[in-house]
Amino acid sequence: MNILYFLIGCSIVVALLFLAAFFWSIRNGQHDDMHTPAIRILFEDDKPEEKIDPLSLKKPRPKESQS
Amino acid sequence: MAVTTSTAANCYHCGTTCEDNQYILDDKPFCCAGCRSVYQILSENNLCNYYQYNDTPGQRTETQQRFDYLDEPSIISKLIDYTDKEITVITFYIPSIHCSSCIWLLEHLHKLDNSIIHSRIDFLKKEVNITFRHNQLSLRKLVELLSAVGYEPLISQQDVVKEKKHSVNHSLIKRIALAGFCMGNVMLFTFPEYLGLSSFERQFQFLFGWLNLAFSIPVVFYSARDFFTSAWASLKNKIINLDTPLALIIAVLFLRTAFEVITKTGPGFADTLTGLVFLLLMGRWVRQRTYHHLSFERDYRSYFPVGVTLLKEGKEKAAAIDDINIGDRMLIHNNEIVPADSILMKGEGWFDFSFVTGESAPVQKVLGEIVYAGGRQLGEAVEMEVVKPVSQSYLTGLWNNETFTSSDSKIRNFNDSIAKYFSYAVLVIAFGSAIFWMMQGSSGKAWAAFTAVIIVACPCVIALSTPFTLSAVLGIFDKNRFYLKNTDVVEQLARINTLVFDKTGTITAPQASTLKFSGKLTEFQKELIASLARNSMHPLSREIIKGLKADTFYTVNNYREIAGKGISGIIKGHSVVMGSALFTGAEFTDTADSSTVHISIDDDYLGCFKIKQQWRSGLKAMLNSFGPDYKFHLISGDNETDRKDLAEIFPAKTPLSFKQSPQDKLEYIQQLQQTGRKVMMLGDGLNDAGALKQSDLGVAVTDNINNFNPGCDAILDSSSLPEMPRFIKQAEHGVRTIKKSFGIALIYNLAGIYFAVQGTLSPLTAAVLMPLSTITIITFTSISTHYFAKKNQLK
Repeated sequence: MNILYFLIGCSIVVALLFLAAFFWSIRNGQHDDMHTPAIRILFEDDKPEEKIDPLSLKKPRPKESQS
Repeated sequence: MAVTTSTAANCYHCGTTCEDNQYILDDKPFCCAGCRSVYQILSENNLCNYYQYNDTPGQRTETQQRFDYLDEPSIISKLIDYTDKEITVITFYIPSIHCSSCIWLLEHLHKLDNSIIHSRIDFLKKEVNITFRHNQLSLRKLVELLSAVGYEPLISQQDVVKEKKHSVNHSLIKRIALAGFCMGNVMLFTFPEYLGLSSFERQFQFLFGWLNLAFSIPVVFYSARDFFTSAWASLKNKIINLDTPLALIIAVLFLRTAFEVITKTGPGFADTLTGLVFLLLMGRWVRQRTYHHLSFERDYRSYFPVGVTLLKEGKEKAAAIDDINIGDRMLIHNNEIVPADSILMKGEGWFDFSFVTGESAPVQKVLGEIVYAGGRQLGEAVEMEVVKPVSQSYLTGLWNNETFTSSDSKIRNFNDSIAKYFSYAVLVIAFGSAIFWMMQGSSGKAWAAFTAVIIVACPCVIALSTPFTLSAVLGIFDKNRFYLKNTDVVEQLARINTLVFDKTGTITAPQASTLKFSGKLTEFQKELIASLARNSMHPLSREIIKGLKADTFYTVNNYREIAGKGISGIIKGHSVVMGSALFTGAEFTDTADSSTVHISIDDDYLGCFKIKQQWRSGLKAMLNSFGPDYKFHLISGDNETDRKDLAEIFPAKTPLSFKQSPQDKLEYIQQLQQTGRKVMMLGDGLNDAGALKQSDLGVAVTDNINNFNPGCDAILDSSSLPEMPRFIKQAEHGVRTIKKSFGIALIYNLAGIYFAVQGTLSPLTAAVLMPLSTITIITFTSISTHYFAKKNQLK
C-alpha cells in the first residue's frame, strides 16, 4: 500500500497544475469578456483569395492591467 | 416642381425611412449623406459582409466632432494604454456598438487601413482595443477613421482617469478558486476519517492530517485575509462588524486544527474551515455584482471633452481641459461643450443646457453674458473668455461640496448591527462553558468546549443570507429595468419614506412633447412648413416635423438658415419664414420663451408653435398607490408655469419648489434629512447631481440607460417609473426575508451549541451542520424572494 503515498503525491501535483492553469488564464484576461468570443466564432472566415496580412497574426501582448 | 412623395424604402445602412430618393449608391437607398459615405467606404474596402450579418446594422450619425486635440502629445499620453517605438495600444469606449456586425467590422479595421495591426472588441463593455503603428497613422486619424465608418469613440475626461476595476474582481476570483481547490482536496482527505479507518489504514491518518493543515494555510492567510484586515480595522474604530466574529471563527478553526494535527489528538476541522471560507467568499462575490454597461460613479468629468481649442496670439491651438487658465480665449465650435464658466466674447451664442438642466430647448446668450460650464453650443463657432478654471466652475463646484468627499457611510445595514450582539452572546457562552469545565477540573474539555462553541455558532449563515437575498432582489429589479449600484442599496430602499422629484426629464418625458399651434393651418401650409423644417438640424425643427406628421415634402429654393434666428425659403412659389418673433415679423412678443417657433408665409404672420412637455404616463396612479406614510416633494430648476398642472398630479399639500439652483436642491434634501426623513431623490440632469448624492438613495431616471447619468445609487429606466411603489415593497420584503432567515439560522446554531458546550462536538457534526444550514437558508431566501416578487407583480 505504500504506492498510495506516491499516488497521493501525484494527484496533488496534477491538481496544483490545474489550479496554476486557472490562475494563469485569469491573469491572461481570458475571463474578462465572456460574451464576445461566442459571437466571434460564428463569423465566416475571410475569403481565401484575400491575402492575410502576416502582421495581423503577430499581435503584441496587450499591456497587463495592473498585476 | 418635382413632387417627391416619400417611398417606403428604408436606408440600407441604418434602417431609417428614407424621406426622398436623393441618396442612392449601387441601387441602394440611403437616408442621408452620412450613411451613404459609410457604405461607400466599406464597399471600396471589400467590407460589405458588414451588411450580411444583420439588416441595417448602422446607426445614423448626425454630428461630427472635431478631434484637433488628439494631436496634442500630453493628451495622447493620457489616453493610450501602451506605446513603444512602433506600435501603440489604445482602448476606446464606443457607445454605438450594438450588434454582431459591429464586432465584425471593428475587428476588420486592418482592412480599412493597414497601419492598424489588430483590433478586438469587448461587446458588453462596448470597448474596442486597437493596436496600430503610430508612425503611419496618428491617433487623430484613427479616431477620424472610426467616426467615418459610424463608430465615433466617446472620449471624455473620465476616460482619461482610467478606472481599473477588474483587478479587484480578479483577486476575489483567485481567492475563491484557491479556497474551492483546497476545500475539494481537504474533503477527499477527510472522508476516510468519517467512514472509519481500519487499523491497516491508520498510517495514512497522520499524512492526511498534515496535508489538511497544509491546505488550510493558504486558505487562511491568502483567501481569508480580507476578513482579518476588515475585522482589525473595525476593532481599531471600536465597532464590531460582521467580519469580526467571522475572523475570530476562522482563527479558532485554524488554531484548533493545527493543535490537533500537531499533537496527534484528532483530525481537526480543516474541512469546515475551508468550506466556510469558500462559502463566505462566494457570498462576497454575489454581492459584487457589476454592470458593465452602467456606471454609477460618473461625475462632471464624463460630460466634458478632453480638449478644447484655445486662441493664442490669433492662432488656434488644442489644449487639454486641465490646462485652461483664467483669461484664456476658447473657440467653441458647433456642438462642443463649454468646459468652464466663461464670458461670450464673439459670435452668436445659442446654448443647449440639457446636460445641466435636462431642458432641451436651447437658450440664447448675448455678448458679455456669462455662460456656465456644461452648455453645448449650437450654430456657429463662438469665442469665449474663461472666468473660472474648470474645477471651480459653477457646476463642477458642486463636487467640491463635502457631500462628495465624505465616504459612503449612509446607513448601517442589518448585518453589522446584529453582528455586535451576536458576537457578545457567542463569547459569553464560550467563556461560560470554558469556565464551567475548568471548575470541573478538565482543562482539555474546557479548550474543546470553548473552541467548539465559537465554531458552531458561526454567523456564516447571516453572512450568506444577506447577499443571496439581496442579489435575488437585485436580479428581479434588473428584469424590471431598475438597476441598483450594489446590494446595500436594497436595504436603503426599504427604509425610504420621502420621495423628492425633479421636474424636467424626470416626471416629464423629453421624447413625448406635444406641439401646439396658436393659429390654424391648412394641410398644404403644414406641408410647406414641414418641407422647410426638414432642411434644418435644429432640435425645434425636428420637433415640428415630428408633430406635423406630414408625409409629402416639396423642394425648397433659396434656403437660408440664420443661426439663432430662424430659417427661410421659397417653396412652390410661397415664401416661408420660421423662427424667432422678430425674424418672422410677428407683432407681439409676449413670451421670450425660446421654445416657441413663429411662422409666416408670404409675409402673412400665422402664429407660433409651442412645444409643451408631457408628463410621463402613470404618474398620478403611481403617487396614489403609495401608502399614507410616504411624503412627496418636488424641486425644479424651472419657473412656475407648470404649478397648476403639478398641483393636480401630486397629492394635496405636496410642497412644490421652483427656480431651485443645484446648491438649493442639495440643501433642501439636507433639511429634509435633518427632520429625520429618509429621502429618495429622483432626478436626471447634472443639476440634480448634488441632491442625488446627498439623499439617502439617489435614483437617476433616464430614457436610455446607456446615456450619461450623474453619480447615483440606482438607475431607473423611465418606463418603469410607475413601478416604484412595488420596488419599495419588494425591498421591504427582502429585508424581512433576511430577518426570518436569521431566525432559522439561530435554530441550527442552538442545536450546535447543545453539543458544543458539552465539549462533545465532533468534526463530523460541524461538517454536516454548516452546509445543511447554508443550503436551507439559500433555498429559503431565493424561494421567498421570488414569491414576493410574484405577489408584488414584478416580472
